[in-house]
Amino acid sequence: MTSRKQGMTRRQLLSQGAMAGASFVVGSGFVAGQAHAANWALEVTHLQPETMATLIQMARDIYPHDQVSDEFYAIAVKGYDSEDAAPGIEAGIAALNEAARGIGYARYVDVGWERDRADLLRGMENSAFFQQIRGGLVTGLYNQKAVWPIFGYEGESFSKGGYIDRGFDDINWL
Amino acid sequence: MTAPFDLSDDTVVVVIGTGAGGGVLANELAQKGVSVVALEAGGRYLPEDYINDEWESFGQLAWTDPRTTSGDWRVARDFSGLPAWIVKAVGGTTTHWAGASLRFQDHEWKARTTYGDVQGANLLDWPIDPREMDDYYTRAEEKLGVTRTNDRAGLPGNTNFKVFEKGAKALGYEEVHTGRMAINSADYDERPACQQTGFCFQGCKWGAKWSAAYTDIPRGEATGNLEVRERCHVLRIEHDEEGKASSVVYVDAGGTQQEQKARVVCVAGNSIESPRLLLNSASQMFPDGLANSSGQVGRNYMRHVTGSVYATFDKPVRMWRGTTMAGIIQDEARHDPERGFVGGYELETLALGLPFMAAFLDPGGWGREFTSALDHYENMAGMWIVGEDMPQETNRITLNHAVTDQHGLPVADVHFDDHPNDIAMRNHAYKQGMAVYDAVGATRTFPTPPYPSTHNLGTNRMSANPRDGVVNSHGQSHDIANLFVSDGSQFTTGASENPTLTIVALAIRQAEFIAAELGRQNL
Repeated sequence: MTSRKQGMTRRQLLSQGAMAGASFVVGSGFVAGQAHAANWALEVTHLQPETMATLIQMARDIYPHDQVSDEFYAIAVKGYDSEDAAPGIEAGIAALNEAARGIGYARYVDVGWERDRADLLRGMENSAFFQQIRGGLVTGLYNQKAVWPIFGYEGESFSKGGYIDRGFDDINWL
Repeated sequence: MTAPFDLSDDTVVVVIGTGAGGGVLANELAQKGVSVVALEAGGRYLPEDYINDEWESFGQLAWTDPRTTSGDWRVARDFSGLPAWIVKAVGGTTTHWAGASLRFQDHEWKARTTYGDVQGANLLDWPIDPREMDDYYTRAEEKLGVTRTNDRAGLPGNTNFKVFEKGAKALGYEEVHTGRMAINSADYDERPACQQTGFCFQGCKWGAKWSAAYTDIPRGEATGNLEVRERCHVLRIEHDEEGKASSVVYVDAGGTQQEQKARVVCVAGNSIESPRLLLNSASQMFPDGLANSSGQVGRNYMRHVTGSVYATFDKPVRMWRGTTMAGIIQDEARHDPERGFVGGYELETLALGLPFMAAFLDPGGWGREFTSALDHYENMAGMWIVGEDMPQETNRITLNHAVTDQHGLPVADVHFDDHPNDIAMRNHAYKQGMAVYDAVGATRTFPTPPYPSTHNLGTNRMSANPRDGVVNSHGQSHDIANLFVSDGSQFTTGASENPTLTIVALAIRQAEFIAAELGRQNL
């Protein structure tokens, strides 16, 4: 349980014609999507863009939060776009696509229902690849400060003087 | 002689570790005019240094040197390299602890007599009369400024407590309150009152919670009798040809090996490192490790019957606001075998931030069953179970010669199997904890598995008979008169209470004994 540093930077580039709520490959070397008002794109240099797009879908299927946009999942897995990590990721995603072909789809991202994708993931749950991605997401996704407000979590309060005068005992429904 | 002390000064008491045991002992001795060198593996962090961010703080404070695990406990599967969540810093785990400060119940000092012969358990009575502890407990409560003792007010209850309290009362529980806490409810002893900031586990940035790091340690240093050497990692204890402890070998902050001579050595590195150090100090005269003629060094490892219960509601709770451990139910702490187990347990509120909730709610869990729980994080309340676990000879710290640390020494393997009594107690506590939340309209409850251990106990236990344990009633080793154990590893049994207050009380008591024995030239 070591904390994986978030050395990844968020690249928000304009991407014309992005589709809402889904990440997809735009041209060579980019994965893009749309999050609320802002479009975003991720530049990949070691992974195939299709691989990154699939990895983002896989990340969402492992920890699906419908109120969390793809960009946060993209940030969470961006670190795998490195010379060292890329070969293992390519192999893992290839295996995932192979599993999708086994149930009649060309690729993992073509499997329409989350339930069916989750079944494919469950079939590889004990693989080193799955555990690498899942384990990395625990910090990669939930330790993003920008994600916390989506869950209502307020983070530190010391700078505001704590909650002594700001609702530490404020509960009105009991 | 005044600090700093010379490496060749063989009149000093060397204390290894500066937490609730070692930190308090070092100060208490220094106050009595005894020269003390305290060796601390970690660095010095004060309130201004603490980080109110769970993972960042973990990186700053946690003891993350390699360790291994074995046994059937789930921690060995979920956190195989992190059996314990404890601190490497001046002040030790008193930076991290939640502050719960409870006295043992009288019968818990006499577990063997009270519980009888529990199969598979290596139960023993403490060689201490509970009445003798009354005064030491009072002094410990004064030192820590424990709320609800000596007319100090309780802390106000936060939202997490209010949910917990309402459910508890609906179930008919009567001993429900905001705890006896070493967190100031009003200014006390130059420390401010709690500002309900949360992040008690990450070090209190107000200093409202007692920690040895900013109380006992600097006060001991102010006497001129205590020298704390930080970032000094002890490798082994040496002895002379008569078999008395004579020096301590350590690696200093610069990476250089040093040897400090000693008149007395006190080991307070917690229940994992203390036995590891004694075992790693094996010599020709003591081939099984120091103070180990009983073979009990490292055995009887206890970690309390723990677990958590979280629950979601249809409305917000925001449990992270305010004191992390904000209240307690004590009705189940009694010994009542009618429930299907011996000993008892406490239920104490607990809150984790979103990052740690993701890591600890259901380690390894994923998919919608997992994420739909976190989706309602804002509507969650939580509590922790602290119950007495059974000492078992086979639950133990051993040296794992296949894995070495940064100094080339074998690491500790922490082996733990639940005793049937532990399992029965945990299941009872899960049921009661879930019932508490159901009584306030929980929409979903989560019987959450134990985290890496914070209460590590028993691996150098006290015994009246040298055959049964490692140290006597003063924490003095049966085998080597000038070698003491000063931390929770001297616990004969674990009781159902959070252990810090008892560790502090025993350290105050031990300091009196050591000072008196030094005065009588017995050491």
